[in-house]
Amino acid sequence: MTADEYINSEILDEHFRTPRNFGRIPEHDVEIIETNPTCGDTIVLDMKFKGEILVDIKYITRGCSISTAAASILSENLMGKTRDEIEHTSKEEVLANLGLKLGPARERCALISYDAAQKGIKKHFKTV
Amino acid sequence: MKFDEVREHFPIFKKLDAEKVVYLDNASTTQKPYEVINAVMDFYENHCSNVHRGVYRLGEEATEMFNHSRENIGKFIGAKDREIVFLRNTTEALNLLAYSLGSRLKEGDEIILSNSEHHSNIVPWQMLKERKKVRLKFINSRHDQPITPEDLSPLISGNTKIVSLTECSNILGNINDIKPISKIAHDAGAVMIVDGAQSVPHMPVNVKEMDCDFLAFSGHKMLGPSGIGCLYGKEESLEDLPPFMGGGEMIRTVTKENFTCEDIPIKFEAGTPNIEGAIGFSAAIDFLRNLGMSNVRNHEKDLISYTLKKEEESNIRDLISYGTRNIEKRAGIYAFNIGEIPKFDKENIISENISVKVHAIHPHDLSSLADKTYGVELRSGHHCAMPMTEDLGVSATTRASYYVYNTREDVEKLFDAISASIKRFGF
Ligand SMILES: Cc1ncc(COP(=O)(O)O)c(C=O)c1O
Repeated sequence: MTADEYINSEILDEHFRTPRNFGRIPEHDVEIIETNPTCGDTIVLDMKFKGEILVDIKYITRGCSISTAAASILSENLMGKTRDEIEHTSKEEVLANLGLKLGPARERCALISYDAAQKGIKKHFKTV
Repeated sequence: MKFDEVREHFPIFKKLDAEKVVYLDNASTTQKPYEVINAVMDFYENHCSNVHRGVYRLGEEATEMFNHSRENIGKFIGAKDREIVFLRNTTEALNLLAYSLGSRLKEGDEIILSNSEHHSNIVPWQMLKERKKVRLKFINSRHDQPITPEDLSPLISGNTKIVSLTECSNILGNINDIKPISKIAHDAGAVMIVDGAQSVPHMPVNVKEMDCDFLAFSGHKMLGPSGIGCLYGKEESLEDLPPFMGGGEMIRTVTKENFTCEDIPIKFEAGTPNIEGAIGFSAAIDFLRNLGMSNVRNHEKDLISYTLKKEEESNIRDLISYGTRNIEKRAGIYAFNIGEIPKFDKENIISENISVKVHAIHPHDLSSLADKTYGVELRSGHHCAMPMTEDLGVSATTRASYYVYNTREDVEKLFDAISASIKRFGF
């Protein structure tokens, strides 16, 4: 990630300052709590399904700009998708959507919501 | 050697200075001078062989160099060579103690730690707790005060077997005066263990004077290679201690049924040791001795007082820092926040129906920005001290930590970087 990219990233700014789908789903089907071991940041991610379709996704976090923006973008992208589509979403896509080249430490920030969503799918459909 | 000549001894600064990078993560690990690099290279180029084994010339040279390193490092902290065990690092030394001392403990025995310990002085004891049902008690000291004997006394009981504390906190920079603490532990019949990972590199440390039973420290945090560290143990204490790992080197005799141990300190050094690491570590010790540990301490005292002065002058709104402001008891470690992001408390967050807006800059953002804007390399997170981070009531902090090659100019760049980051976040 170059200095300019990080400092001038509009997408980062936009989603960090006004994150989409922030909050909780009172009647969620699954709730996943995921912690980033390098900084202790935590996200609570709620998901609601109708059959195989994700009909609502919300989260709360007090993470850094990258983890918050990544959660926001992810929630928009996953909303309305099927279980299969979500399972086949790759880490690379998530990072590409953020549009920043990240080092390994910050990649973990960007992927914490993704990890939570994948765990949510597994938990709801009892594949673990 | 004077402090303004120190940087010339470190090849990496040619690169870092050219790239305008300021390295301020020395509590994590330190840069290496030519003296250390050359000592390791010299071993590879001229003396490479295993130790304690071959009676041929190369083997004897390597053994001599290895033994000399042990003696040299021992002298540095006022210990005999027999009292220095070579291990990988502080973490391994503390695990050894938790295992070997722990093997003698029984249910209900008590171990006293503090809330400002590094995870390496917490988790091994928690693992012991699972094995032996011992009790862990914590001194809960305030962030702005070093630990005092008065903090320890109320926790002492007839069951206290071990007191294990850091001499210097890696997050607060508070320096704990171990001597009177050790006295209380000993009066109670307990063993005193000191985590010296942040003290031995930065100030004069004498094990006889502080009267601890054990002291752990790491080479990489004091200009030496990584993968080499030491456990100091009083001669009698080491002799009394059961071995940790089994294997080559640490034995006298082995039959199909049994083994007998080698004398201390080799009894605790199973397998081929990190020979070049020990030799490099010894070269680092020579470098520091040449500078003088009182001078090292004074240099860092100057940097931290300058930091606290800049902090006051800068008038940065929402800048909060942690640790004692008594310079006499403060190492060159500066942990801070721009506004505090409270620790994540799920129940609270849900009931408050929190908004995402927190008037703070997340430490990860701050350190990324400090790096991108001013090349200032800071650490952010919990610094392997989650209990203290939690007691501070925050989710993370950003930390600058100094060493012999840092300058007042570096401190100024730190504050420039903080200001630039604040601007970026529109505070
Ligand atoms: C106070 C303290 N104790 C222990 C350690 C662990 O050191 P190592 O990783 O070298 O084992 C550290 C390192 O960060 C430390 O600061």
